[in-house]
Amino acid sequence: MKKFITTAAMAVSILLLSGNSVVAKESVASLRGTQDLQGQSLKVTRKKLVSQEGGFERSYKQQPPMIPHKIDKYKINLKNNGCLKCHSKKNHKKEKAPMLGESHFLTRDGKKLDHVSSRRYFCNQCHAPQVDANPLVKNEFDGLK
Amino acid sequence: MTSGQKKGTFSVLLIGIILGIALWGGFNWAMELTNTEEFCISCHEMRDNPYEDLQETIHFTNRTGVRATCPDCHVPKEWIHKIVRKIQASNELYHHFIVKDVDTPEKFEAKKLELARHVWKAMKDTDSRECRNCHNFDSMDFERQETRSADRHEEAIEKGYTCIDCHKGIAHELPEGYDPGEDAPGGDEDEG
Repeated sequence: MKKFITTAAMAVSILLLSGNSVVAKESVASLRGTQDLQGQSLKVTRKKLVSQEGGFERSYKQQPPMIPHKIDKYKINLKNNGCLKCHSKKNHKKEKAPMLGESHFLTRDGKKLDHVSSRRYFCNQCHAPQVDANPLVKNEFDGLK
Repeated sequence: MTSGQKKGTFSVLLIGIILGIALWGGFNWAMELTNTEEFCISCHEMRDNPYEDLQETIHFTNRTGVRATCPDCHVPKEWIHKIVRKIQASNELYHHFIVKDVDTPEKFEAKKLELARHVWKAMKDTDSRECRNCHNFDSMDFERQETRSADRHEEAIEKGYTCIDCHKGIAHELPEGYDPGEDAPGGDEDEG
């Protein structure tokens, strides 16, 4: 009998509490009113990827060079690295592609390897292609020449 | 020949011709059914491996929505070459039903380089005939390609390279650890 009463009491209290929250949702009014969330925002313009011969000007020393060509067809995963098809030690001369910097072959302890170090294997962590998005505000910054 | 005999032979001939058309048409219809993507991916090995690789490539999804399906690249269009390839396909049935040596992703991956080499060799021997089903150097507008592509295509025309020499991995992911630079032509100019 005691057990029955305690479980009944628990069930009723749970129902009441959950009932409260349901009622609460329906009566909340937003400050926005009835305006559509998406309606007022400006449509985002798509920007196209820029391919530039000779590469982009760097802003500071040691900056990872930006990618001057489209990369959507290349993949990097554990099995294959699409970038290395042209930029590896073996292929870069034939493909006339910039060679990886020496830093890409060093381990964490500074030891030199004959292949790309795992620290630098995922190119996209540092290198990015560029889009033709002009600065919104005029900028007179003079980068590295 | 009596009139009766003439009529008899004529009707046999007529029936034979109609039957021949029906059977030959039926044979070709059945063969064309095996020339569809749905048929190829009805084998789970194909659906889970090469078809998956294909999903992100340009032959599957691109700006214009023009697609290449399995037979477009792997089955020749000319009748005689098509029949030869179909007979060779019995090897694929053998490996699927009897030997069962590619029915898991790991097994498939292990054999991927060997299978790829077969296809590359076949394409090289036919001068990338299946690629040329759709692509044609004469119709390429080099102004609309990226400079790197235009330069390499012009070099390929001059030196007589074939499509598969450089475009390995265009449709299916390259086997692990395989460097296409090894097999690309013009690699002996300066060894890196």
